[in-house]
Amino acid sequence: MTTTVSPAASNPDAGESFENKPGGARLDRGFRAIASAAGLVVLAVLALIAIATTHSAWSAFVHEGLKIVTSRTWNPNLDHFGGLDFIYGTLLTSVIALVLAVPTSLGIALFMTELTPRRWRMPVTYVVDVLAAIPSVVYGYWALAVLTKPITTFYTNIANSIGRVPGLSRLFGGTAHGSSFMTAGLILAVMIIPIVTSLSREALVTVSQEDKNAALAMGATRIEMLRVAVFPRVRSGLTAAAMLGLGRAMGETIAVALVVGSSHKITSHLFRSGDTITSIITHEFPEATDVHRAALIALGVVLFVITIAVNMVARALANRSVLVGSAR
Amino acid sequence: MTAVDQGTPADGLDPSSWILQRAISPRRRFVNGVATAWMVGSLLLALVPLVVIAAYVVSRGAGVISWSFLTKDIPIQTQNAGGGVGPAIVGTLLITGVAALISIPLGVLAAIYLNEYGGQNRLARVIRFMADVMTGVPSIVMGLFIATIWVSAGLHFGYSGFAGSLALAALMLPIVIRSSEEMLKLVPTELRQASDALGARRWRTVLSVVLPAATPGIVSGAMLAVARAAGETAPLLFTIGVTTGVNTNPLHGTTTTLSQEIWFNAQTPFSAAQDRAWGAALTLIVIVFVLTVIARAVSSKVSRVTR
Repeated sequence: MTTTVSPAASNPDAGESFENKPGGARLDRGFRAIASAAGLVVLAVLALIAIATTHSAWSAFVHEGLKIVTSRTWNPNLDHFGGLDFIYGTLLTSVIALVLAVPTSLGIALFMTELTPRRWRMPVTYVVDVLAAIPSVVYGYWALAVLTKPITTFYTNIANSIGRVPGLSRLFGGTAHGSSFMTAGLILAVMIIPIVTSLSREALVTVSQEDKNAALAMGATRIEMLRVAVFPRVRSGLTAAAMLGLGRAMGETIAVALVVGSSHKITSHLFRSGDTITSIITHEFPEATDVHRAALIALGVVLFVITIAVNMVARALANRSVLVGSAR
Repeated sequence: MTAVDQGTPADGLDPSSWILQRAISPRRRFVNGVATAWMVGSLLLALVPLVVIAAYVVSRGAGVISWSFLTKDIPIQTQNAGGGVGPAIVGTLLITGVAALISIPLGVLAAIYLNEYGGQNRLARVIRFMADVMTGVPSIVMGLFIATIWVSAGLHFGYSGFAGSLALAALMLPIVIRSSEEMLKLVPTELRQASDALGARRWRTVLSVVLPAATPGIVSGAMLAVARAAGETAPLLFTIGVTTGVNTNPLHGTTTTLSQEIWFNAQTPFSAAQDRAWGAALTLIVIVFVLTVIARAVSSKVSRVTR
């Protein structure tokens, strides 16, 4: 393997002795400076996002203090801006999405790595790609226009059967709305399947075929082989995939805003309508002024902080899992 | 390498082969069957929304789309039939195009820094990590960000297509960086060494040897980023304003996009508006799909060359 020499490590001044044109070295330094500046833009933009949004939200932080994340009273007319309902809605819908999407995505990823012959792999990748290519607003519009009616009946049936079981009634009981936490979670699940699938797949392919063959040679069935030779090794990679899916789900806006139902509520009933951070910002920001506006931006800051944290942990896990994989 | 290593998992060691089947208890075979059904079932499950949504959008949108629908102005009264989404198509193409012009050169340059200069040094590792993290920043936060520094506070430039482009560019930048870096990584080190040996300086090597070799892959990654941006709505709601006529000046005045038209019309009870939204949805999906297919076609050509 000759490619182990990284390009940056190879001598940067290799051409020095041959090219004696004056100014060449300056051009080199100039180009390097421009390229580094472009790289630094990433850090600058992230810092600017944090500073600019926090600055604009400052009056709301001053006005409400911690109540902006702990209070349930959101009443712009009376200048009350407690965002707990929306934070709860964001977490609930994302968790529903994760519960639905992770098993499905892992199944698809395993289908791609374990079951598909090489020439069938491309079409399967295509399907997942196309799923990712449908715009959020189209998912949301379809769900609002087509899905909400029949799914209300479906929810009602569940509420009348499973919803009567003690314990489960807290989740599935009560009145069912077509636009609800559950519908939002369902649409989110479809939307995060592509990213969770492709990241799971990336983790799964790091396990070498030799290790799998070793398990199979011992007489393991496919699932037993996965359990002993694959899953233990890719645990952090799969966790990262799920977490990145979670981050995506929490930040997803338009589809959720269309189907979550827009009512301020904290309830364990999945079939009730609610609101999320993104849906409240989308619906109220265009008309908001002063503190109301600042409070909405403050919720945006909260969302930014949560998603950044989730993504940082997930990326660190993913990087570690790649290292573990390539070390073998 | 033997054939077993290269082929599908364990040719000849397939659990269903007769010699192993006799040794496998019914319970183990059942569990294995359930696992296989789960894998196949997951794929079929993911196909359901894809097929159902695509079929529905096509069936509702195809009847709406006509030449006049694609070119006429948006009716001022949304409940009225007639009119079209011409301004929204122009807006989508212009805003996404300008966003691409900002983010692609910047992203490719950053990728050049990461792969050709930074390597594994600390700054490069930090930038790489933060670019990954930045791909997870919600698009609505990008919209709020541009709204606070550019549109209605900060610099107070007001609504414009360019403000929307800035928000989309912020969204696309990390995607372009990471995909371009992957493509630069694929360029064999020998090419750089050959160029170095000929006495070329590093910037020459990068611009006339490395970059051309990686171009198809970079284009493909950039197209996927563009496709994703073209379908975005959230970053635009607070940055571009609304309009019903064509605005070809991205720097000045309010404008609109297909995604935003769908968003507005989807929430109205009027059937004419909803029809327009379906037509816009189909138009948007076609645009995004065409971009994705071109990107895929380019990248499959790349993988054939590099293989």
